[in-house]
Amino acid sequence: MQVQAQGQPPGVDPGERHGARSYLIGLTYAVALTLASFWAAATPLVYAPAVPVLLAVLAIAQMGVHVAFFLHISSAPDQTNNFLALLFGVFITALVVFGSMLIMTNLNHNMMSMDELMKMQR
Amino acid sequence: MSAGEQALPLVPGVPLALRGPAPVRVVAGFGFWLFLLSDIIIFAALFATYSVLSGSTAGGPSAAELFDKRHVFMETLCLLASSVTCGFGLLALNRTDARALYFWMAITFVLGVCFLTMEGREFASMVAAGAGPSRSAFLSGFFALVGTHGLHVSLGLVWLAVMLLQVVTLGFRPMVSRRFFCFALFWHALDIVWVGVFTIVYLGAK
Amino acid sequence: MFGRLSWSAIPFDQPIVMGTCATVGVVLLVIFALVTIKGWWPYLWREWITSVDHKRIGAMYMILGLVMLVRGFSDALMMRSQQALAAGHAAGYLPPEHYDQVFSAHGTIMIFFVAMPFVIGLMNFALPLQLGVRDVAFPVLNSVSFWLTAAGVLLVNLSLFVGEFARTGWLAYPPLSELAYSPGVGVDYYLWSLQLSGLGTLLSGINLTTTILKLRAPGMGYKRMPVFCWTALASNLLIVAAFPVLTATFAMLLLDRYCGFHFFTNDLGGNPMMYVNLIWIWGHPEVYILILPAFGVFSEVVATFSGKPLFGYRSMVLATMAICVLSFMVWLHHFFTMGAGADVNAFFGIMTMIIAVPTGVKVFNWLFTLYGGRVRFTVPIYWTLGFIVTFVIGGMTGVLMAIPPADFVLHNSLFLIAHFHNVAIGGVVFGVMAGMTYWFPKAFGFKLNERLGKAVFWCWFIGFYLAFMPLYALGLMGATRRMQHYPNTHWQPLMLVALAGAVVILLGIALTVVQIVVSIRQRHANRDRTGDPWNARTLEWSIPSPPPAWNFTRLPYVERADAYWHMKEEGVSGRAAPASLVDLHIPRNTPVGVFLAFFAVIAGFALIWRIDWLAVVGLVGAVVVVLREYWKTERERTVPAEEVAAFERAHGALPEVGHDDREVRVTSGVQS
Repeated sequence: MQVQAQGQPPGVDPGERHGARSYLIGLTYAVALTLASFWAAATPLVYAPAVPVLLAVLAIAQMGVHVAFFLHISSAPDQTNNFLALLFGVFITALVVFGSMLIMTNLNHNMMSMDELMKMQR
Repeated sequence: MSAGEQALPLVPGVPLALRGPAPVRVVAGFGFWLFLLSDIIIFAALFATYSVLSGSTAGGPSAAELFDKRHVFMETLCLLASSVTCGFGLLALNRTDARALYFWMAITFVLGVCFLTMEGREFASMVAAGAGPSRSAFLSGFFALVGTHGLHVSLGLVWLAVMLLQVVTLGFRPMVSRRFFCFALFWHALDIVWVGVFTIVYLGAK
Repeated sequence: MFGRLSWSAIPFDQPIVMGTCATVGVVLLVIFALVTIKGWWPYLWREWITSVDHKRIGAMYMILGLVMLVRGFSDALMMRSQQALAAGHAAGYLPPEHYDQVFSAHGTIMIFFVAMPFVIGLMNFALPLQLGVRDVAFPVLNSVSFWLTAAGVLLVNLSLFVGEFARTGWLAYPPLSELAYSPGVGVDYYLWSLQLSGLGTLLSGINLTTTILKLRAPGMGYKRMPVFCWTALASNLLIVAAFPVLTATFAMLLLDRYCGFHFFTNDLGGNPMMYVNLIWIWGHPEVYILILPAFGVFSEVVATFSGKPLFGYRSMVLATMAICVLSFMVWLHHFFTMGAGADVNAFFGIMTMIIAVPTGVKVFNWLFTLYGGRVRFTVPIYWTLGFIVTFVIGGMTGVLMAIPPADFVLHNSLFLIAHFHNVAIGGVVFGVMAGMTYWFPKAFGFKLNERLGKAVFWCWFIGFYLAFMPLYALGLMGATRRMQHYPNTHWQPLMLVALAGAVVILLGIALTVVQIVVSIRQRHANRDRTGDPWNARTLEWSIPSPPPAWNFTRLPYVERADAYWHMKEEGVSGRAAPASLVDLHIPRNTPVGVFLAFFAVIAGFALIWRIDWLAVVGLVGAVVVVLREYWKTERERTVPAEEVAAFERAHGALPEVGHDDREVRVTSGVQS
């Protein structure tokens, strides 16, 4: 397998080691995970407070399937830049989403809501 | 730019980082990947806002009352299938097989249109029922997040049409191949964002 | 037909504005007339406006920044003079509605249209040269980025003459910035001009990150890159990570204002604090985006003028990347007082103090580089020494405010204003001035006048302390920011000192203009003939000044850090021998950037004034321009080997034709 200078772009399957197989395997996993997610949201069989966690795990797994089987990003040496960039993106996304949720919950808990404030305006 | 003209020969012992400027394909692909990550951060901000505002229904309809899970399931399958057909189209591009490329990309296009039609119908029915984006903060968050994703899908379909036109008019030159790769990256990334959308917005609806 | 636009949009009743309008109009007319009469349009169009050369684009960014510095600074003078006058019962000369626009414009312009263009301009110019490559990763996108920034500048400047500007401060917090409380076009001007320039900046961030990670000279591994490239990498990673949040947040405010959404409104569930939260998720990394390249400049300057390698390369790199990551974990310190609990405040307070540590590491490394070196006291070193003293003070006041209880006293006081001007001027401005002086000879082939350069420095240095030290005292005495007038006449003497400081800085800016004019007139005497006027260490100095369009005739092979210094020590020239010259392919110029910006301004103006048909025209025009470029197949032009050889001969690197093609040995004897 030829290793290019400075690595490979994402989405490229060098030497087409898997070709169509990669997409079909990815599709199978993705469909299974999608079905599992919809089932988890509707079934009474899972302990209710655990459902959000289960959904999160399934979603992350499915995103991983997309990244691995459709985008061909891995920890191979010619994918290092792409992989690190992805990690950075995930880090920032997590910070923005969870950081905001934590902070806003904290603020909303401590401060009067705008509705209540506006009611006091009269 | 013939950036790769003076890269070192591909001697196995030389580390990648030392081989000189990368070929254009690698540069373009990586740059587009960074753009996609920045796009995902836009979605992160929209997800964060949706999550924070999801309880602020201001006396209006809530998520559980509005969303139809079967509808969403169909949309998900459409988009997922279109990702796979896009992948097949990319393989055809690698083989410079024009007919297979047109075939798979046409299917991708149709599936994308199906997705958008279903989503458009959902939006229209919500607005007609008085649950439009100006009804409450929760609905603003919903329409902004899901609507931005739909906007990206629409722009993607326009781009796909443009790319197919480029293959027809310009052939399989490297510039066109590079752009099609970037399109495929974009299309896969939209499906990744959709996984987040259907999980958090639709399945997470209380 | 014209939406909300009518003749009443022009502020005929405001003499200051109309006077400015007249002056600007006359100046523009004179410039246009001059260019037309002298027949410079073809040259300007061919060599600058449609250029995709990173060196030209970098220079244009710097010019843009300098021009907007004048506007931003006139806002500063207006604020200082208003505050010097309006003590006790005096009302000053600026009514509140006008004053509010002045401080909003001042902040917006200084951050987005002065500091960002300066910093991006320096990075644009220097990065490919330091990395030993021909251009950035996406030259056409580079041009688009610059012109989108220019489009934002144009819109912001239009707001002065047609309509009004925002009265909300430079971050436009809701609910004040919502339609209910800012029904005019001011906030729309703010939002659309920043969305356009923000897009340009984001594309720049992607461009430069890709350049640093994928386009380096052969042999230049990560540990052999100059430290400026590392700080530029960190800064551009932050741009890619943070600017999308700004775009999304402004988009949500636009949706609130235009489409009746309720993200941040007072009613129907909106949460204005979410805006504050999101905008500072962008806002804190933004200040690091500005300061990191300045740190890089200082690293280069300190090493060059001490004649020693930079002390602690590895710790510098680690500190830089630590700052990059940590800058995303401190943002709540901008709103300690807005309702978070003590535990959340404590976490962010501690993180803010932690982020000061890597900066401290850098300061020590600079000091240890100077120590034991033969320091040449050139203008860039003046800026560096001024920076070290001033920035450390500013950083310390920042750490002081990182303690939440202290911040409860000082938040939104003049102490805060003094702190951020301290680090912005002492850090970013001083860094940009040092960088401009340092790289000017490389860009234009002659040095700037040294004496005037030192005069400029002293004006800025003295002016800064006069202008902002009183503000620290006033903040501690209880003075709030953004005051159009104040009742306590005891504050007035300090305000007068601050005004004096502003005037001294004004002198510094005027002297900068004089310095440039004088230097151009003295250019033959100050000509840089060797390409290495400072006896420097990095690759950009191994090529002639100004460099050819293709930068390096032969890409250098890099074996260690401070590559050029070692080339000089070993007597190796970076220049190619005649037999090895080949045709070179470089990107072709294109007008897509300026055309796109043209339609972007039309679309932006139309959206601001709610002129729907014009917005469609702008959008369609932009799409057509992009599609035309998308179908272009001839994207490169060939520079024939003869032209390359002629250039090399003219710059004394090659012996005349007929000599043998031994590598030319270059002595490292250079004057400072």
